[in-house]
Amino acid sequence: MRFDTPATSNPIDQLKVIGKPTDRIDGPLKTTGTAPYAYERHDVAPNPAYGFVIGAGVAKGRITRIEVSAARAAPGVVAVVTTLESAPLPNGPMNTATLFGGAEIQHYHQAVALVVAETFEQARAAAALVRVDYARQPGRFDLAAEARNAKPVPGDSGEGSGAPPEDRFGDFEGAFAAAPVKLDETYTTPDESHAAMEPHATIAAWEGDRLTVWTSNQMIAWGKRDLAKALSMKPENIRLDSPYVGGGFGGKLFLRSDVVLAALGARAARRPVKVALTRPLIANNTTHRPATIQRVRLGAGRDGRITAIAHESTSGNLKDGKPETAVQQTKLLYAGANRLTALRLAEMDLPEGNAMRAPGEAPGLMALEVAIDEMAERLGLDPVEFRIINDTQVDPEHPERHFSQRQLVECLRRGVERFGWTNRDPRPGQRRAGRWLLGMGVAAGFRNNLLTKSGARVRLDSGGVVTVETDMTDIGTGSYTIIAQTAAEMMGVPIGKVVVKLGDSDFPASAGSGGQWGANNSTAGVFAACVKLREAVAQRLGFNSAEAEFANGQVRSGNRAVPLGEAAGPGGLVAEDAIEYGDLAKRYQQSTFAGHFVEVAVDVFTGETRIQRMLAVCAAGRILNPKSARSQVIGAMTMGVGAALSEALEVDKRHGFFVNHDLAGYEVPVHADIPHQEVLFLDEVDPLSSPMKAKGVGELGLCGVGAAVANAIYNATGIRVRDYPITLDKLIERLPTLA
Amino acid sequence: MSLRINGQARAAEIDTRTTLLDTLREHLKLTGSKKGCDHGQCGACTVMVNGRRVYSCLTLAIMHEGDEITTIEGLGQPENLHPMQAAFVKHDGYQCGYCTPGQICSSVAMLEEIKAGVPSHATSDLTAAPRLTADEIRERMSGNICRCGAYSNIVDAITEVAEKQA
Amino acid sequence: MRPFTYERARTPAEAAAAASRNPGAKFIAGGTNLLDLMKLQIEVPSHLIDVNGLGLDRIEATPEGGLRIGALVRNTDLAADERVRRDYAVLSRALLAGASGQLRNKATTAGNLLQRTRCPYFYDTAQPCNKRQPGSGCSAIGGVTRGLAVIGTSEACIATHPSDMAVAMRALDATVETVKADGTMRQIPIAEFHRLPGDTPHIETALERGDFITAVILPPPAGGRQFYRKVRDRASYAFALVSVAAVVQRDGTGRVALGGVAHKPWRVEAAEAELPRGAKPAMAAILDGAKPTHENAFKVPLAERTLASVLAEARG
Repeated sequence: MRFDTPATSNPIDQLKVIGKPTDRIDGPLKTTGTAPYAYERHDVAPNPAYGFVIGAGVAKGRITRIEVSAARAAPGVVAVVTTLESAPLPNGPMNTATLFGGAEIQHYHQAVALVVAETFEQARAAAALVRVDYARQPGRFDLAAEARNAKPVPGDSGEGSGAPPEDRFGDFEGAFAAAPVKLDETYTTPDESHAAMEPHATIAAWEGDRLTVWTSNQMIAWGKRDLAKALSMKPENIRLDSPYVGGGFGGKLFLRSDVVLAALGARAARRPVKVALTRPLIANNTTHRPATIQRVRLGAGRDGRITAIAHESTSGNLKDGKPETAVQQTKLLYAGANRLTALRLAEMDLPEGNAMRAPGEAPGLMALEVAIDEMAERLGLDPVEFRIINDTQVDPEHPERHFSQRQLVECLRRGVERFGWTNRDPRPGQRRAGRWLLGMGVAAGFRNNLLTKSGARVRLDSGGVVTVETDMTDIGTGSYTIIAQTAAEMMGVPIGKVVVKLGDSDFPASAGSGGQWGANNSTAGVFAACVKLREAVAQRLGFNSAEAEFANGQVRSGNRAVPLGEAAGPGGLVAEDAIEYGDLAKRYQQSTFAGHFVEVAVDVFTGETRIQRMLAVCAAGRILNPKSARSQVIGAMTMGVGAALSEALEVDKRHGFFVNHDLAGYEVPVHADIPHQEVLFLDEVDPLSSPMKAKGVGELGLCGVGAAVANAIYNATGIRVRDYPITLDKLIERLPTLA
Repeated sequence: MSLRINGQARAAEIDTRTTLLDTLREHLKLTGSKKGCDHGQCGACTVMVNGRRVYSCLTLAIMHEGDEITTIEGLGQPENLHPMQAAFVKHDGYQCGYCTPGQICSSVAMLEEIKAGVPSHATSDLTAAPRLTADEIRERMSGNICRCGAYSNIVDAITEVAEKQA
Repeated sequence: MRPFTYERARTPAEAAAAASRNPGAKFIAGGTNLLDLMKLQIEVPSHLIDVNGLGLDRIEATPEGGLRIGALVRNTDLAADERVRRDYAVLSRALLAGASGQLRNKATTAGNLLQRTRCPYFYDTAQPCNKRQPGSGCSAIGGVTRGLAVIGTSEACIATHPSDMAVAMRALDATVETVKADGTMRQIPIAEFHRLPGDTPHIETALERGDFITAVILPPPAGGRQFYRKVRDRASYAFALVSVAAVVQRDGTGRVALGGVAHKPWRVEAAEAELPRGAKPAMAAILDGAKPTHENAFKVPLAERTLASVLAEARG
């Protein structure tokens, strides 16, 4: 199905199932521990051997020797595979660092060997007997130092954030120089780790030249393509299965070392092999969100109208890596006649930077939305009002291009009312309760909506059961449930009559889970397949498909009504289709918007910041399931708190690695850090996005949260920290002097 | 060796090095208990030993001969959910589901700790019995990390079960 | 984790004897720190002596009016004990500020004292560390040091001791009781139990080969108002950046021990005379001679301000 004109009325608009806060259909499995994750497939891959991955102990250099004889002789060892046995495995288009193969070390904890043994304990012990010698080489590990050598580059996160090396509109320098009120500040964000709870894990099994991997991956079709390339295989000989993914956040978008090592280990061991990256390996072996240095310049008239806006970002990555596209949202979020964005990339030798939840916007808004707060203060304006004054309903660089929907102002106004924003004292450091300084902060949330092809197959059996098959993944997003809701709505059956099968590369390729594009595109693909199935049902019954009504488990036309199972016939019916998009996304800017409101308390003695209240007001098209959508938003808000207050991969700038490479050292928020969170969704349907009229929301919930926290800390303390995370050491010298 | 798991005697041939977690997951195929970090830093492996919650990744199976071990599989099944499991479904107290069994085992044992009068960091008066407040629940559940960030919903789920019990 | 043999000891003396016989042996109680380190081969015992069955899990009144805490009393049970909550609140608070509910259910009194540092370089076996491999060098010095020690450091080591419980015990003047295989008992004042790193950071305590900890003895209650303030980045389940254990009397005198600043719980008794004059002079005396790094220099004002917070609460 081609979607190239705005959606008109369709069966989804009935909203009998769609739009309801349905409990997740996979809930009973997840809460009883019976949903199988990658490392747990005793059902399909019995008697595996255990692989243990060894990571490089240096950040840059060459391996001169790997001594494996002691490991091979150790009890239970079945095979040892080392990186010196093959040339570097070819990378797919999304990867930068070599996953395995060759003597060159590009980053710390790069996989250098796999030890396979009968038991996990034996594999781990034998791995400690492998000796690797290196010829170390000096590396570039300090972004602040390397930023001087950074070169202009274009950026594309692959997730909707893209910008050229430099993009100009109007005369930024002239307008900035002439502006009566100006701001020129630099903000830094650190390297961050996805830190999904489920480690990267794979079981691999060969049958002749056919390979099956049960793995944990967000993008099945990419994974199959890239695994075929890495192993020089035909894609049709590879099957990926990933029905449950224990968190991804971008860390499992691409092929990682667990998959290739499980496959190589299984080939060497001649039996299934299971591999999970150990927690201390994950931060350096896999990818991370790269640190940024961002300069924001704003010029405005005394009326508060922005006349000049510039956002420049520098990040680092390995050779041939990509920049963090932190400036993209600045092209679209606020009005202003004179504009500049720029991206620079420094070549460095830290582990590979790549997509993490809302790449681009997440760190970009952590800078821009603090700058906006600072500018509002300089103008003597309420930060909400300043944002409203500078709202734009068109792409500022292409005024003929309208937003498909843009309710940023409504998000902010609803938030002001709901959060009690008017109780905020605009003068910082005024509100206090006991030892706590209290403050409120606001930020706009912005994230683009991506349209990408997505396919599905739908079966109808003689019992009236509808089965959906698509390689879409559910990484906690609720895909199982919203796909079931979509099929139930389309086919007129209760949700209990729908079976959803996901994550298998033998199913039609879907949009996958990334860039908050999963929900809208994957359900639109199911919509397309259901339209075909409805036609097949109508045709079989001799109904006019345009007139056939699907409701209550029946298909009805005129005064004829046939139970769906009967209509399917004994052999059942099957239909397959994909949603494909025309140029609506070019003609209209499709984005999602939020107002994030945060109240913090800062300990006047110690500078500890604790979040008191959080509210997100979101406008993101039709909300397919308010329960799971709300969860996506609160989860993102939680990640935003981590980014604001505690998360940072600490770089050893001498030896080139992330030092705090486990969950004790890398502090993601815990229960005690997060208060009750409130989420409001504005009524919105977007007929330009898809037949579902929905948009993404899972990353919007993160975009802007960090800045709202930072702005609240400023309101509480009067201390402006422009270097994330805002830990107490950055506040303590400027906290009030004690009596 | 022999272990008592969810009320049943289970035999397993294991290495002295095998953790309780790996015994459950790899030998007994009870994969409901999750391995998130294997170092006591995440809580996904939480089970109950003689009614007390512990990280099964940081204890050896060999040390638990004769102990009564309860895992998520022992609390309820998809067709027969434990009230806490049902409350997690109702309140959407999970997303990816990987930390979920640990959260649920932890919360069931945690409510017993409050009932038994065990204080916490959030207890304001050490000499009084701890109260069942959202802050108490948050502090006591902090040894179970949820990277998806379902905390707010998890607290709602636990609160509902606690109030029904009370 | 290297292969090891395993036995269950039945008496403290038997446990001590087994350890004396076997130079590669380690005691295992809660195991929450030991197994963590064994998985990384930072600890490599060839034999484990399970001491959980020794019955050292009682808290008893002493004839002097104090408490004798069995070595195997779990952190949860110690924190929840009514006598501890009433008379040694600083200890209960410290325990409850540490780790998580699951860890406190397993971790024991003796094991908590013997916790090893959380220095990230100690935990990364690809990096030199004088604790892991004496003489290999300290990779923390000059590296990421935000969480590391500011006082009592040496050129060989700048690690901190991670325990909260031990900091409270230091403020309470606890005594560690040990037994040897021949039945010889020792009473080690907590002040002497943990060592500064000096040139031998791998030697962390005053224990000798074959010493087995049987109990920690608390003197009669110190009275006053008792506080344990732990400052950390996230609100729970994290190690201290700085912690303050304090016993403050009505007249403003008292005792203060610090966590998160040194290789051992840090207390300077002579400095406590400054307490009635306030946090600033007191902490200046307590942290006199501190040599922080650029990254952890904040711990010095943080310690002062945390003490100020405690003193304000004591007055209020």
